[in-house]
Amino acid sequence: MMRMAVALAALLMAISGAAREAAPLAEDPQVEARLNVIADELRCLVCQNESLMASRADLAMDLKRQVREQIRAGKSDDQIRDYMVQRYGDFVLYRPPLKGSTWLLWLGPFLLLAAGCAIVWIFVRRRRAAQGAVTLSADDEARAEALLARGDDRSR
Amino acid sequence: MRIALIAGFLALVVLLAVGLTRNPREVPSPLVGKPAPAFELPRLGSDVRFSPAEMRGKVWLLNVWASWCVTCREEHPVLLDFAKTKRAPLVGLNYKDQRDDALKWLHRLGDPYQFSVVDADGRIGIDYGVYGVPETYVIDRAGVIRFKQIGPVTPELLQGKILPLIAELER
Repeated sequence: MMRMAVALAALLMAISGAAREAAPLAEDPQVEARLNVIADELRCLVCQNESLMASRADLAMDLKRQVREQIRAGKSDDQIRDYMVQRYGDFVLYRPPLKGSTWLLWLGPFLLLAAGCAIVWIFVRRRRAAQGAVTLSADDEARAEALLARGDDRSR
Repeated sequence: MRIALIAGFLALVVLLAVGLTRNPREVPSPLVGKPAPAFELPRLGSDVRFSPAEMRGKVWLLNVWASWCVTCREEHPVLLDFAKTKRAPLVGLNYKDQRDDALKWLHRLGDPYQFSVVDADGRIGIDYGVYGVPETYVIDRAGVIRFKQIGPVTPELLQGKILPLIAELER
């Protein structure tokens, strides 16, 4: 019985030890949740193709610390984004505002789509123009009639 | 029709070729043309504090460096040469460094700075939009950032851009 109690106590201690180690993660889930939303939309400047949220770079950790502090200070998401843009420019935003330097980025895909549509349209029109010249002779007409009539018979 | 397609293809090739020659690491800084962010930091190796406001009326350079930064070592001789000309005050921002490492580094390689200030946790670096040490700022008499170099200052850059800019700003 005694041995069992000791084993139980040891087990409890092990569990509580593990729980204590995990504590920092759950420090302030609300702040972390907002940080994740904001940082997911920001680009890491060191790795460039990674979001601030995903990056483990030194600078990214510092910037996340900065964002965390601003969340705690009660800043709005827009204010935090402005803070980043003031220092690092529109480049940090995965969705930069539409303006002189970014219009090609936003509208470029639509321009390419329009160009593609125009090419297809020209192609189709030319082919139709080339085929439009074909007319059926009287013989062809009679044959087509016969074939259609046969099809009608069969379907009955 | 075929000519139009070929022309379009060539235009795309030119666009992509130009894109390949550009350095994606150089992000244009929004800070150029804006007042240098204020700070007050202790000097490296002393208790005296420094604030950029003290430099009003002077054209000066702020160079971000660290003993752990490999490229800074490459840049260092250029800064030493610049310091010898006494053309403009050069202040170091010792970024996220250990005090002893930084002092040892300056002792061993020479100290081009009038003095360095200590940004131990990188907060001031963030205010200056630092993302790749070394970085160098040219700041005018009114305290406005006029130029930012990301990456090492090379002799060509010093001769071709920074020195002429200092001369222009001092006029």
